[in-house]
Amino acid sequence: MSEHPSTYQPGTAIERWLDARLPIIRFSADLLDYPTPRNLNYWYTFGGILSFCLVVQIVTGIVLAMHYDPSAAGAFVSVQRSIMRDVNYGWLIRGLHANGAAMFFLAVYIHILRGMYYGSYKSPREVLWLLGCVIYVLMMATAFMGYVLPWGQMSFWGAKVITSLFGALPLVGKPLTTLLWGGFSVDDPTLTRFFSLHYLLPFVIAAVVALHIWALHVPGNSNPTGVNVRSASDTVPFHPYYTVKDLFAVSLFMILFALFVFYLPEAMGKVDNQVAADPLKTPAHIVPEWYLLPFYAILRAIPDKLTGVLALGGAILMLFVLPWLDTSKVRSMRYRPTYRMFFFVWIVASLALGWCGSQEPDGVIIPGAGPGPIFLDYGVNTVTWLSRIAALYYFAYFLVITPILGLTETPLPVPDSLYTPVLSHPAGVPAGAAAAPETKG
Amino acid sequence: MLRKLFAAAQVAGLFGAGLLVTASPALSATTQAPLKEVHWSFEGPFGMYDQEQLQRGYKVYHEVCSSCHSMKMVAFRNLADPGGPFWNPKYPNPNDNPVAKAIAKEAQIADIDPDSGDAIKRPGTTADYLPSPFANDAAARAANGGAVPPDMSLLAAAREGGPQYIYSVVTGDGTPPPPGLALPAGKFYDPWMPGDVSSFYKGDPHKIPTGGVIAMPPPLTDNRVTYDDGVKATTDQEAKDVAAFLQWAADPKMEQRKQTGFAVMIFLVLFSGLLYGSYRQIWRKVAH
Repeated sequence: MSEHPSTYQPGTAIERWLDARLPIIRFSADLLDYPTPRNLNYWYTFGGILSFCLVVQIVTGIVLAMHYDPSAAGAFVSVQRSIMRDVNYGWLIRGLHANGAAMFFLAVYIHILRGMYYGSYKSPREVLWLLGCVIYVLMMATAFMGYVLPWGQMSFWGAKVITSLFGALPLVGKPLTTLLWGGFSVDDPTLTRFFSLHYLLPFVIAAVVALHIWALHVPGNSNPTGVNVRSASDTVPFHPYYTVKDLFAVSLFMILFALFVFYLPEAMGKVDNQVAADPLKTPAHIVPEWYLLPFYAILRAIPDKLTGVLALGGAILMLFVLPWLDTSKVRSMRYRPTYRMFFFVWIVASLALGWCGSQEPDGVIIPGAGPGPIFLDYGVNTVTWLSRIAALYYFAYFLVITPILGLTETPLPVPDSLYTPVLSHPAGVPAGAAAAPETKG
Repeated sequence: MLRKLFAAAQVAGLFGAGLLVTASPALSATTQAPLKEVHWSFEGPFGMYDQEQLQRGYKVYHEVCSSCHSMKMVAFRNLADPGGPFWNPKYPNPNDNPVAKAIAKEAQIADIDPDSGDAIKRPGTTADYLPSPFANDAAARAANGGAVPPDMSLLAAAREGGPQYIYSVVTGDGTPPPPGLALPAGKFYDPWMPGDVSSFYKGDPHKIPTGGVIAMPPPLTDNRVTYDDGVKATTDQEAKDVAAFLQWAADPKMEQRKQTGFAVMIFLVLFSGLLYGSYRQIWRKVAH
């Protein structure tokens, strides 16, 4: 997998015998020994945190599946009565799984933002980045189908809204929706197939994660300076240096995770989902989970349904094509102060979209001013227009700012070696610009 | 409105999403008075249920609410679970708890006679779930003016504000309607019930009363029940007690959850400290 010379020495006759047949110990030893840039900050621990999240979701999910009944008649009762009340520590296993999904997304968003900030997607790491984007899309599909399984009101109506989106596609729309539903409305067959796929997809994710790590070990890690590793002194072996650092970060992450599981188990849920699904009763506000809200806002911002669905898809597609949109030779935004500023505005725009997604489309932004003159169905002082402006910036950041700025901006001088900024600060604090995020953990 | 919306969503089928989105402004006239302030023993990271309050609340549920509201997810044995109203450490197995057994025995449970196959009623056991007042939803709807009284197992979790919501709605039910608000027979005004009374209101259109209409007659009055522990059964006390009981019914594992959480937190903080020490030790000679 990796290109660094193997240092593994089979110690015993059995190890030598195995090494000649299936060098699995050598493979693991090489992974642990992998030369890793010595200047990785805490933002780089989220890969390890995400592996932890995936394992938690799979392990808790397998246990939940032992007690879950994937039928429209039985799902709600099996979750709320069996799992939450009768299964030993069922409340804990479900609490870990439901909150774990949100924690997984929190971690993946930080991981993606870290990749964007330090230019980790640039040559020669495009395939690594693309595989990451694939994992993210698979995660969204898995999370969406998992959210349907408790078969509460929001599960049911969320499924109805999201699956109906596919219906907007020309020609294939209607047959595709029928296929997703397993019929002509969201019903028993929909739930059963979502359960089946929800069990399958995490293992697909695990397989793509293996490819993602493989693609990481070919060029090696990027690092906060974006400067290539030039000598052995730039690196340290992954173990014990990064195993211990990642474990420490995972442990801090677990504190946050536990806070939700034990003290705020329903903080990220919706009260409507504590009511069994009722196809005859539409909840007043159908809102997806927080991690999908920015895309939901983009969808609603556009008056035409098909264009809205395409924009939603396009928003995700932007991440896939980012390596080819960025024209700058400099990887890290540490040395690109102008781009960094636009990037932070992009984060604010994405958060604003998330907020808009949680609000009603005609909600007023500036209180007391009224909705204002109406353009394209909505007043200019409404949530819809805020999401339109934010969505416009979201796309402009990728399609206009990123390609043009890469050609026109003057970056700060880039150090000769990733080690230089390290040595200039004896305290071990990386240099980096004032706004660089490495001081946070 | 909802039914019309649903019909429209069905007709348009594939465009359900858009309809729901554009429909929400029409629904947004829903108003609700700010929930009443109540303090509960189970608030905060160390808050636990007040067992005497749960027992009083069960009495209110049993003697008042259960004549219309089911509680399908709670079994008699659950009443004697750790953290439950009749938990007694002398009976670690809740099925041995004499109070739970006595309560179960009083209930009449629908069953099939194994010898004749006839539908019968038999005294309950601790393994039985609390019996529902109506045989099915249709019967519940027919007996309650078209609205099914919601199941109470998860009610406190299924409403924004939980027990505070229940306390506010129950005590606000039957508030005399302000002038200009004329409600049909069998409906009651409740400022804390989320709703829209504009269709019944003939007064100043800028002063539409807050809240909604509820089909439930005001359920609680002073001395509606007689508490066994001597607490004065005011309407307010009854409402608080039943809200606390419903919170327990919706979240029966809260005490176990908070206690486990406390131990987990202590462990994780110590574990993180240990890992941080290891990290400093391992990296001590490497500039980074």
